[in-house]
Amino acid sequence: MADTAAGLTVSPVVARPALPARGPWATAMAILLQNRAAMSALFVLLCIIAACLAAPLYAHQIAHVDAFQSNVDGEIDIDGTTVAVLEPNTEGLGLGVTPIGPTGRFATYWLGADSQGRDVFARLLYGGRNSLMIAGIATVICLSMGVLVGITAGFFGGLIDTGLSRLLDILWAFPVFLLAISLSVVLIHGVQLGPLSFDSGSLVLPILIISCVYIPYVARPVRAQVLTLKHSDFVLAAIGIGVPSARILWRDILPNVMTTAVVFIPLMMVMNIGLESALSYLSVGVQAPDASWGTIIEDGQGLLYSRPWVALAPGIAIALTVLCLNILGDGVRDAFDPRSQVRPG
Amino acid sequence: MKLRSLFYTGAAPLAMSGAALVAALLAAASAQAADHRGGTLHAVAVSSSGTLDPQINYTTQYWQLYQSVYDGLLAFKKTDGTAGTEIVPDLVTTLPVVSDGGKTLTVTLRKGITFANGKELTTADVVASFQRIFKISGPTAGSFYNVLVGADACLKTPDTCTLDGGVVADEATGTITFHLTDADPEFLDKLAIPHAAILPADTPAKDMGNTPIPGTGAYSFTAYDPNKALKLERNPHFKQWSADAQPDGYPDVIDYTFGLTDEAGVTAIENGQADWMYDPPPADRLGELSSKYPKQLHVSPLAAYYYISFNVNMEPFNNEKARLAVNYAIDRNALVKIYGGPQTAAPTCQNLPPNFPGYSAYCPFTKEGSTKYAGANMAKAKELMKESGKAGAEVALLTEDNTMWKNMGGYVQSVLTELGFKVSLKPMSHATEFTYIQNTNNKVQVSLTDWFQDYPAPSDFLNVLFGCSSFHPASDASPNIAGFCDKEVEAKIQNALTVAVTDPVKANTLWADVDKAIVDKAPSAPLFNPKQIDFVSTKVGNYHFQPVFQSMLTQEWVK
Repeated sequence: MADTAAGLTVSPVVARPALPARGPWATAMAILLQNRAAMSALFVLLCIIAACLAAPLYAHQIAHVDAFQSNVDGEIDIDGTTVAVLEPNTEGLGLGVTPIGPTGRFATYWLGADSQGRDVFARLLYGGRNSLMIAGIATVICLSMGVLVGITAGFFGGLIDTGLSRLLDILWAFPVFLLAISLSVVLIHGVQLGPLSFDSGSLVLPILIISCVYIPYVARPVRAQVLTLKHSDFVLAAIGIGVPSARILWRDILPNVMTTAVVFIPLMMVMNIGLESALSYLSVGVQAPDASWGTIIEDGQGLLYSRPWVALAPGIAIALTVLCLNILGDGVRDAFDPRSQVRPG
Repeated sequence: MKLRSLFYTGAAPLAMSGAALVAALLAAASAQAADHRGGTLHAVAVSSSGTLDPQINYTTQYWQLYQSVYDGLLAFKKTDGTAGTEIVPDLVTTLPVVSDGGKTLTVTLRKGITFANGKELTTADVVASFQRIFKISGPTAGSFYNVLVGADACLKTPDTCTLDGGVVADEATGTITFHLTDADPEFLDKLAIPHAAILPADTPAKDMGNTPIPGTGAYSFTAYDPNKALKLERNPHFKQWSADAQPDGYPDVIDYTFGLTDEAGVTAIENGQADWMYDPPPADRLGELSSKYPKQLHVSPLAAYYYISFNVNMEPFNNEKARLAVNYAIDRNALVKIYGGPQTAAPTCQNLPPNFPGYSAYCPFTKEGSTKYAGANMAKAKELMKESGKAGAEVALLTEDNTMWKNMGGYVQSVLTELGFKVSLKPMSHATEFTYIQNTNNKVQVSLTDWFQDYPAPSDFLNVLFGCSSFHPASDASPNIAGFCDKEVEAKIQNALTVAVTDPVKANTLWADVDKAIVDKAPSAPLFNPKQIDFVSTKVGNYHFQPVFQSMLTQEWVK
């Protein structure tokens, strides 16, 4: 690995406990594991992921509800009393119907119902599953594409670099949200990619859209790093002794770039969760009756006054997840980015 | 008769003192009303409704305002209840004199009426206004006014429209004679809606957009920015000629602000910052309003209905059994709940609203043995679905994109899924959905929509929404969204239209029969009849709801 820290010592070096000799990845992992804030955030994050994965278990085995089916005329039993899920107002002129609020009973409409009488907590878990899955897969695709484009442009240079860089410039020239919304509006009714057909309700569409719009965000710094690496002594030496380009890319460039990519993972997750929620909130992401945290906020928007938890719960879920990812991201950066070694303590 | 007998029986002094009391009360009431003249009424709405041109705009929001700005030759009486559906003379002295078997109608223009720009109203303005309906290709030119002699030529070449022989004016006597190609029992209604407003003859033959056109009403538009606000002020040239047709108003100014959400509108009225909001209060505020501000709420029935329109010319709803299955499966009470509860709407299985001409209660799509709507019949629906063989078909359901419509769409999507369809919900903006679902080029299979009366006649629901003449393939103006054109039903519609010319009472019986026939063929799934909920500030008094054009803003007291 290149010693990128060399010559950057402008502040006092933070003394770190001596670590046994091991590879850079193991070293980074060891540093990460010693970061209590990052580990706490990871723990909370894993709990959220586990809860979301358990959505069908909660809906079918505990709450006995269908999170995607309207239940306007539904009734539930609370302490032996039958209560309508949507309660007609009986005061004054008797106008309006209000969904049942949080019951405080984990197995029965814990966070209350939405305007269609559906269990908000069950939808929150299903929504989290979709939000995290879309953000996660989009992150993997975006990073893969970003690293591929960045390495190709940076290493081969010339016309390839010019072409790819201008393409990235064009893509990056559009505001990310505007571009994502525009693509979503165009593709929302489904898309045919060769033999593959994705209908309007397919989660593949938001995944593809979110993946595409952030590629420049990853590719540009990767390209810059590759340009630096390309002129480093070990790469020049490898070129000098006639090592094939593919081998240089695989053995010398990629491992050095991967640390940057790893640092990007939590950041990309944060941005993708935000973008997915925004698209779904605007009805151009996850489509009904599927749920995501964004769609649930939209469902709750019309109930902000009487049943604020419908919108607050997914909002809190997003905030908590993003907070955990940011703390974890800081820890990952400190562990994997060598420059953090010289950061003031 | 009764008063005279009182005098003859020696009760004259008593009667005289009673009459004096009545006179005193009337004088007091008049004085009290005069005390309320003045002030500014602050109205708010989520958005504006496009062009200000009364011969083009086709929205309830602006038709409501046009009532105090423009006049037609006739008008719907400005009063509450069923009396508000009565047609009265407005710019003319009497109701039309009908001759030639209903094909000729003659009216005489009132004298001394002036537009807001100071020009006197003449018969030339009347002729020019009817020509302008065609010259600007008004939205109802081909459907409402095509019965005029000369209309065919005007529809073909609008720029050179003269309506020669169709609208004939005699300047000297002030008479105007309409010659129709066929007797039209609803022609008087059509003369009373804003598309037949009389405008100055020199009004350009183009959509005037944001530029106000002078009218003859009690108020005139003095400012309009569709992104911000609209202002109405008193017409300085107005002198009341008929309180039934064009009553003078109370507020001096109506300030109409656009851009507030419905939530913000409610809060503004609660805080006294606004007096009235056009949009219905959002569902989650109804309970609060109902409990805390019952005296500021006005709930009035509307001649309207919400319905699902099936495209009967496309898979899978070209199958009658599939359409009937949906009708049986939909729980109208559930949709009423989503809309705001039983006090805000009533479930229905038919196309004509209750208490509407031709209405005869009919509801086959409910539980066995029930004559009134008593919930969905899912067993029957699933049986029909099985017979249809359409289970598994992919269906795209279109709806509007605001919360209430999307919730209703979500419910319908659930029901269709339960029946075995593979359903995707496609919300569209309010501004585009209604025209989009009308155009057959868009291949809409099924849509959720609504219909409000233009005027109180059964044909405005049954012929406009289900008549063959209302189906225009590849056009944005094809209100027969279902594309339904059934020979048997069409014959009944034409018969009812013919009979209505001579025997309106019998025609109403025939319209009831048409309604049943359409329900049985199920080109639509009628859902519920909504009610209008108006929330006003504490300073608003004298609220009146006109059944055709809704609340009469200029009759409200804000002082």
